[in-house]
Amino acid sequence: MTDGLSGFDVLVIGGGNAAMAAALSAREGGATVLVLESAPKDFRAGNSRHTRDLRCMHDAPTPVMSGAYTEDEFYKDILSVTGGKTDEKLARMTIRASTECTEWMKQYGVRFQHALGGTLQLGRTNAFFLGGGKAMMNSYYAAAEKRDIKVVYDAEVVDLDVVDGEFRSATVLIGGRTVKVSAKAVVAASGGFEANLEWLKEAWGPIADNFLIRGTPYNKGKVLKRLLALGVDSVGDAKAAHMVAIDARAPKFDGGIVTRLDCVSLGIVVNNKGERFYDEGEDFWPKRYAIWGRLVAEQPDQIGHCIIDSKAMGQFMPSVFPPLEAQSIGELAKLMMLPVDAVEATVKAYNAAVQPGTFNHETLDDCKTVGLHPEKTHWALRIDKPPFYAYGLRPGLTFTYLGVKVNERAMALMKGGGRSRNIFAAGEIMVGNVLGKGYAAGIGVTVGTVFGRIAGREAALEALNCEDRVVAKEEVAHYAAS
Amino acid sequence: MPQAELIVLPAELLAEGQHLMTVCNACRYCEGYCAVWKAMETRLVFKESDLNYLSNLCHNCGECYYSCQYAPPHEFAINPPKTLAKIRLHTYELYAWPGPLAKAFQNNGLLVSLLTVVLLTGSMAAGSLMMGGRLFEPVHDGNFYKIIPHSVMSLTFGVVGAFAAVALLIGFLRFWRNVGESYSTLANPRALLRAAKDVLTMTNLDNDGDGCSYPTQTSSESLRWLHHLTFYGFLSCFIATTLGAIYYYVLGQHGPPGYTSLPVIFGTVGGIGLIVGPIGLLILMQRRNRDIVDKSQSGMDVAFILLLVLIAVTGFLLLVLRQSAAMGALLLVHLSLVMTLFLTIPYGKFVHGIYRSGALVKWALERSRQTKSKVAA
Ligand SMILES: Cc1cc2nc3c(=O)[nH]c(=O)nc-3n(C[C@H](O)[C@H](O)[C@H](O)COP(=O)(O)OP(=O)(O)OC[C@H]3O[C@@H](n4cnc5c(N)ncnc54)[C@H](O)[C@@H]3O)c2cc1C
Ligand code: SF4
Ligand code: SF4
Repeated sequence: MTDGLSGFDVLVIGGGNAAMAAALSAREGGATVLVLESAPKDFRAGNSRHTRDLRCMHDAPTPVMSGAYTEDEFYKDILSVTGGKTDEKLARMTIRASTECTEWMKQYGVRFQHALGGTLQLGRTNAFFLGGGKAMMNSYYAAAEKRDIKVVYDAEVVDLDVVDGEFRSATVLIGGRTVKVSAKAVVAASGGFEANLEWLKEAWGPIADNFLIRGTPYNKGKVLKRLLALGVDSVGDAKAAHMVAIDARAPKFDGGIVTRLDCVSLGIVVNNKGERFYDEGEDFWPKRYAIWGRLVAEQPDQIGHCIIDSKAMGQFMPSVFPPLEAQSIGELAKLMMLPVDAVEATVKAYNAAVQPGTFNHETLDDCKTVGLHPEKTHWALRIDKPPFYAYGLRPGLTFTYLGVKVNERAMALMKGGGRSRNIFAAGEIMVGNVLGKGYAAGIGVTVGTVFGRIAGREAALEALNCEDRVVAKEEVAHYAAS
Repeated sequence: MPQAELIVLPAELLAEGQHLMTVCNACRYCEGYCAVWKAMETRLVFKESDLNYLSNLCHNCGECYYSCQYAPPHEFAINPPKTLAKIRLHTYELYAWPGPLAKAFQNNGLLVSLLTVVLLTGSMAAGSLMMGGRLFEPVHDGNFYKIIPHSVMSLTFGVVGAFAAVALLIGFLRFWRNVGESYSTLANPRALLRAAKDVLTMTNLDNDGDGCSYPTQTSSESLRWLHHLTFYGFLSCFIATTLGAIYYYVLGQHGPPGYTSLPVIFGTVGGIGLIVGPIGLLILMQRRNRDIVDKSQSGMDVAFILLLVLIAVTGFLLLVLRQSAAMGALLLVHLSLVMTLFLTIPYGKFVHGIYRSGALVKWALERSRQTKSKVAA
């Protein structure tokens, strides 16, 4: 059965930022567009509903960003977070295209905070959505409705029919019924597989049971898996993921931003055995929070415990769950259900190793320990002023990197050379092309917007001119040859 | 003054407010919308008094609700406009003087208002007839004072007006103390000026000229404009009345003012505002998203709106029909409506203006304190 969902020029799979950017862009190109979103309306827009900003290049201050953020600086940042694991051509293309993002988004009603507003120091490199990612996505959906883009919720794509790299149709589960939907071109913008617990276990082993998923429960990677099985080339490996340490009490899914804990660099972190395992003061927290997910994942039972004293209270962004509180370290250890002696010994040894210094959380200060394994190299103050507080930490998975390989026109590339004629990809599902590893705040939405726009435009071109597109044919031949 | 702290927020509502603020303060995505969010960011704990302050700072626009990734059905069930409205209603009761009157009114706002109007009209009519007043005969020069002597009118309205003013003042001062300010902090002309600007322009509903999500998700300026019509209409009528008194006492004009006199012009302009504005607001209210409305308040809201419109309409009728036989009855109804408005003002929707203005003054003070501490650091 078809339910009148076939016959659109462009099918967009997904309902997040990349998907809606692609849908609006394909509509700009004159195509008729169908969007299939697996979430119900209330939870539409995937991880994008949890975002707050995107990173954009700009040579002079804009209404929404201060100062300048040049191509070279942006590229250097990408090099540094990925340790060089990037595709320079795609990365620079993304950076240059990022200059247009905020203005393009504004056309569709997306609103931004003023350049100087905001609690974070990212006002120069990043533009912040007024009201956050859900507000941004609401604007996109309203714009889509105005432009006759058809959106179907509760519609999960479970299979694809692809012949020789050419998309024919998708099998969709809509309200328990199976529907086959054909279209002339398809944009896969269905995110990563971070919400697919079995797949995570395949990649990580049983420890994945203790991972918390920070975003949507709907990114199960079904489309990604099908595409890879159908011969599309992949980037990244299944264990590559953005993982941060979040409050252990966070819900399994969709806890979002409020479950983050920013107090690690102000205290110490111990594992189940009551032992420290990494330098909590290695670098500024925004540069380090993304390694702590993995660090905690490597500990027994995948849990850590951050211990601070009352000097640290009020110095970090408040978090959503109250800490455990006690008048002595021993009592605190009992509350944490950790071996009391071990925790007391760890704190005692730490306190004894703390050197005198001038505490300054804004700089890499000179407060450090000497003679510990591991040392704490900055912001090391004695934990001696009761009450003492503790937060449990768990690995919080933001998104996965394993994705489909694309070219700069967002076309899916096939294993063994060549590219698909009418399959395009945008967003988290291909972010690994730009970021081989690591992450810098706001790049996810930037890549999704840039590649979403390109994918939509290219898909529309493909769908509307599929018979006589000389360039496209040459392009196919070119990739086939290389 | 009686201790305002006697009534406390019900435990669940306190918990709901604290949950809201804990989630929001860890999130802060809404910080660009209105003063509530910026004021929240300067706090780490949310005591009842903080919630009372923040709830009165909220203009109930809905933007944050639609933007919230934690709104129901998410398990955190964040609904700022609704939770803050519930707390706000509670503060109206907390600050009102005398308190028990407020409770009676809040529970049955519409009924109490209508009853008051009927009672007042009836008793005035009876009084006037008993004293031999010519209630149902035309008064050819349209002089109201032939129906009700000027002295009676000014005495009764003076008393009721003074009562309303005192009640509002006490309410305001209770609010001010309850949210942690002292009387002396009020004497800050810069903060007062800043707050006045926020009140008179409704800056917090602006969002760079886009307006806000009232009554539906799509941004619109309608709330702001209709509120302006109502507010400035009210102000204009107030000016008209004051000018009328000046004409009477200072200029000695004891007859009815002419069509082109200042009181009539101000009254007419204000009256139009008081008809269009509140009716528009009523229409918007009906179109609101039920999910974010605290239903228990609608009686109070409707009563206030209805009174304003009826006062304006009867005022216009009086102006046009002042030489006909209907004038006497009309006048009694009009005066009863105005009297009811005065009597219910300290317990009805009107107080939102008092406490919101107070909250905006506090917010202006908090901003200046922040700037100071930043400069010092
Ligand atoms: C808490 C949190 C905060 C973040 N903050 C930021 C930030 O501030 N800035 C930033 O740049 N990045 C941020 N990120 C990362 C960011 O979310 C992503 O990089 C970006 O939003 C990805 O967009 P997307 O459209 O590719 O995927 P998503 O927004 O996740 O959209 C994927 C969509 O596909 C749908 N879908 C999945 N499978 C199917 C299927 N089989 N059929 C149909 N539909 C399907 C999903 O329902 C979903 O709507 C954050 C992530 C999290 C979890
Ligand atoms: S209303 Fe929602 S989005 Fe806004 S600050 Fe609160 S939790 Fe964040
Ligand atoms: S409803 Fe509007 S005024 Fe109230 S807190 Fe939310 S954004 Fe602010």
